[in-house]
Amino acid sequence: MALLDRGARTIFLWEVVKGLGLTFAYMFKPRATVNYPYEKGPLSPRFRGEHALRRYANGEERCIACKLCEAICPAQAITIEAEPRDDGSRRTTRYDIDMTKCIYCGFCQEACPVDAIVEGPNFEFATESREELFYDKDKLLANGERWEYEISRNIAADAPYR
Amino acid sequence: MTESLWQTLWTGYVFPGGLILVHILMLTVPLLIAVAYLTLMERKVLAAMSLRMGPNVVGPFGLLQPFADAAKLIFKETIIPSGANKFLFLAAPCITFILALIAWAVIPVSDGWVIANINVGVLYLFAISSLGVYGIIIAGWSSNSRYAFLGALRSSAQMVSYEVSMGFVIITVLLCVGSLNLSAIVNAQKTVWFAIPLFPMFIVFFISALAETNRHPFDLPEAEAELVAGYQVEYSSMAFALFFLGEYANMILMSGMTTILFLGGWLPPFDIAPFNWIPGIVWFCLKIFVLLFVFIWVRATVPRYRYDQLMRLGWKVFLPFSLFWVVATAGVLVAFDLLPKGV
Repeated sequence: MALLDRGARTIFLWEVVKGLGLTFAYMFKPRATVNYPYEKGPLSPRFRGEHALRRYANGEERCIACKLCEAICPAQAITIEAEPRDDGSRRTTRYDIDMTKCIYCGFCQEACPVDAIVEGPNFEFATESREELFYDKDKLLANGERWEYEISRNIAADAPYR
Repeated sequence: MTESLWQTLWTGYVFPGGLILVHILMLTVPLLIAVAYLTLMERKVLAAMSLRMGPNVVGPFGLLQPFADAAKLIFKETIIPSGANKFLFLAAPCITFILALIAWAVIPVSDGWVIANINVGVLYLFAISSLGVYGIIIAGWSSNSRYAFLGALRSSAQMVSYEVSMGFVIITVLLCVGSLNLSAIVNAQKTVWFAIPLFPMFIVFFISALAETNRHPFDLPEAEAELVAGYQVEYSSMAFALFFLGEYANMILMSGMTTILFLGGWLPPFDIAPFNWIPGIVWFCLKIFVLLFVFIWVRATVPRYRYDQLMRLGWKVFLPFSLFWVVATAGVLVAFDLLPKGV
């Protein structure tokens, strides 16, 4: 009887028919796709995207050129040069991140004692040329101004857990 | 004197030639558009079955996607491998494409709507589809590349194997019709489509058609995962596009053949009022559309066969099975005196 059963299943292509039924039913299920450029998935406040250099509310830049981020960067993507400013405070004269080297580990923002370098929520910074991905200080400060609202909100949301 | 010469030329050659040209354009232009939209339909249906969206950005619902793809392929560089035989390398895609198109000469899309209503239509179709192997094996050999060569060998072995059982399936149909003329085959199905009395043969024919057109689950010649892209691995740009078009035109051709042999061609399902108001061409296209959907549906469902399984299915299952059905059909027709007479 079992043999007959198996034989009948083989001859009538039962498995194939069942599979076809399954795929046909799936055709009418709701799509799982996030229609990306028009729809976006949720991001965690801890999301590590494009870098930004932040300023204090009074416009003073946060970075004190301690070079901890440069030291900890496992990909050695950060290059910093610093000099005392006219008022005697230590500030960077050069702050470069090679975004082609960066592995987005987030160590730089963990190392920063003043929350100056942070990885913001932006991940859509593809460029047409490699050169555009060698970020300098101006670019990073501009990012900071552009994303300050989201960055400060993310830091506030994450604060209770650290 | 000269005027009558011109007259003979006009009525004897120029006018009929022009008429045939118009007929050919009327068939091939919609066919090529259908091929373009078949690629879109394939992507859409596959996407729907795996809970994705498919192309939806170029034009409304992605309807302009085929043209974007075509433009992309045309403007790409044709790369000819340095070790390749240049003439054969470029001839192979042309052969595939041309063979996929010329087979349509005998396909009746509606009552009397056929370019060449020849009495050996089935034989012609069979000959053309057998020649299709040449395009593939020449492509594989002339590329001078291992993957392409292996893909071509697999493909030709597969196509040759499945043509045998397909031949027997066609013979069962011919036994019931008594003619090799495709229009006569369709007209013989006025009372009942052959898919019903010859249902097992219909299934065998359809599965063989999948193998014949190198479609899933028998897409071993292409086998993305193992052979990269099989015989077309070295092709780029328009040469690749010709293979692509040829392959999809072949899919439509095979669906057309299945429609004519088993699903009553342009005939409506029931010869009663609301059905026979609709013109035959619409029924024909509708049936082809459904079959093409099944082609894609099967692709979304069944995983690829192993090569030995493919050969086993062809030679040890389909061949004896179809052979048995030829004998059985002939026996039934003789025993009950149902043989077609005087066609």
